[in-house]
Amino acid sequence: MAVETMTYRDALRTAIVEEMDRDPEVFLMGEDIGRYQGTFRVTQGLFDKYGDERVIDTPITEPGIVGIATGAAMVGLRPIVEMMTMSFSILAIDQIINHAAKIHYMTGGEISVPLVVRGPGGSANQLSAQHSHSLEGWYAHTPGLKVVAPATPEDVYGMFKAAVRDDNPVIFTENPNLYALKGEVNLDPDFTVPFGKAKVAKEGKDVTLVAYSRMTQVSLKAAEALQADGIDAEVVDVRSLLPLDTETIFESVRKTHRAVVVYEDWRSGGFGAEIAARIGEFCFDDLDAPVSRVGGLNVPMPYTRPLELLCIPNEGDVVEAVRKLG
Amino acid sequence: MPKQAEVSLPRPAEELKDLYRQLLFLRHYEEKTNFAYRQGKAGGYLHTCIGMEPMAVGWLNVIRKGYDYVITAYRDHGHAIVLGSDPVAVMAEIMGRSNGTSRGKGGSMHLYDPKNGFFGGWGIVGGHTAMGAGLAFAAKYRKEDRVTLCYLGDGAANAGLFFETLNMAGLWDLPVVFIIENNLIAMGTRLEYHAADTELHKRGIPFDMKHERVDCMDLIQTMADAERIVDWVRKNQKPYLVEAMTYRFAGHGAADNNRELYRTKAEEEKAAERDPIKLMEKLLLQHNLMTTEKMEAIDEEVRNEVERIYEQADASPFPEPHEVYENVYTDMIPEEGH
Repeated sequence: MAVETMTYRDALRTAIVEEMDRDPEVFLMGEDIGRYQGTFRVTQGLFDKYGDERVIDTPITEPGIVGIATGAAMVGLRPIVEMMTMSFSILAIDQIINHAAKIHYMTGGEISVPLVVRGPGGSANQLSAQHSHSLEGWYAHTPGLKVVAPATPEDVYGMFKAAVRDDNPVIFTENPNLYALKGEVNLDPDFTVPFGKAKVAKEGKDVTLVAYSRMTQVSLKAAEALQADGIDAEVVDVRSLLPLDTETIFESVRKTHRAVVVYEDWRSGGFGAEIAARIGEFCFDDLDAPVSRVGGLNVPMPYTRPLELLCIPNEGDVVEAVRKLG
Repeated sequence: MPKQAEVSLPRPAEELKDLYRQLLFLRHYEEKTNFAYRQGKAGGYLHTCIGMEPMAVGWLNVIRKGYDYVITAYRDHGHAIVLGSDPVAVMAEIMGRSNGTSRGKGGSMHLYDPKNGFFGGWGIVGGHTAMGAGLAFAAKYRKEDRVTLCYLGDGAANAGLFFETLNMAGLWDLPVVFIIENNLIAMGTRLEYHAADTELHKRGIPFDMKHERVDCMDLIQTMADAERIVDWVRKNQKPYLVEAMTYRFAGHGAADNNRELYRTKAEEEKAAERDPIKLMEKLLLQHNLMTTEKMEAIDEEVRNEVERIYEQADASPFPEPHEVYENVYTDMIPEEGH
């Protein structure tokens, strides 16, 4: 046990190693994760450490990879599948939604699927329209899946271990612009962060910013900027979309009476819309202003940097939304 | 012509008699599931294996039941029963009852029984084939000598995922037998209208996989081929692609009530000459193992047995409303309410 400062990427890799060391039935599959060390280097060094039986380079066939991992999980193996980017999981969505997510139910509980599908979700840097999707809302729409989106090195470490130990299929989404983020991690093989528990990342009394993944970091920066204006914002890091801890969100809103939901996905129909709806439905009497949302622009992600930056919510967008609440 | 006594039996006499009974049982059982559908006792989609009984009776009697893994698509009643599922629980599942194999949440297309090595029961054409390879992957990962049988239909042989799966199975030497049940018609579209190359076993060639076409109307021939192929896969730890020539006498599903849209009566009559049950009866008579009277008696017995199964299933309760939330997850229930 030791508290170390490390990057999100290293914290994630440490969690993978701890789980592979703990349980020989945990293995990795994915494109270029082994000999090539992983496109985002999350799996760097693991091929040398565990060999080709447990770190498996696959053909570039996402449906096949998820399907084969699901089959292995049905008899108790615990596969960790890397999607090179979550955008590619669109190819595998039939295997994820119409197969993995349905098995426990369709078998009346006879078979479970301890599968983790993980990878970078969201925009990176000029990867343009086909590689920048935030798909967590699609998955969080689906009963049978669990969907998490940690925002800090400590959470990615603790939640990843919880994901591997979960007996249900888990979509584990990592924003590519978080990989280099540094933070303190309490290294302990027994430490996990349970799903379905939101976290108050910063306390405040005037407005609640509800976010997950990288938008938690953006919201924290916005809260700092607002502080200078004398607005004391509270930041709730949702962390887990499915299951969703609405109680922590509602408790905060009942205290601050104002809410802005921040998410990188397309604003229209993204998961932030679900959170906003729930606040409206259950905290109506506590609100002093309509629930506001800051989401990604409703356009395919453009390549050129100035336009890309327009699409991704930033701290200025959040500050402006708070000011508009009055 | 050798005298009858000089013709050696292809399998022990008692086994042949038992196999005959299994064929008859499936035939009557499937006719009963069709009846359940017509009575409104079964809903949704329901696909019988009438005419295709050797796919289950032949192949699944040569594997190590409960050890080897089996996965198939939605024409799955026979596979579940031959592997050992309680026929009442299967019928109850088809009727959506709480004592069904999936507690009424799967239905006809989604039968499972993992304790017998049966992993479904899948409704998306070709969608289960990668999971089949995954079962084989698990056996290999754990260094077990289990063989996986992954069945699919001739329609699924065109699915992209199937090609991806063949590639991975070949690449990683997975111990799996892919069995294309080629009944010549993908739902209502004939083979020559859906496959660029109608010799479906040749799908194995690009993946350096052993492949062959076999006849699966004659149960005894089916078992001989199945034994040889399953043994080869177990011994060599490599995949095998089989194109099993078969014929469904019934429609695609219980709702398919106009088979003349895709085949002629003459074709059906010709196929009926090779009805697996008739071929088996011929064999039993030829070897003096059973009289026609005895066959008729067994037929009557099996009909009565199936009737009892039907009645028992039909007397079973439907699930309670609260069960709707159960089994979505292993450890939690979803948000409740509309």
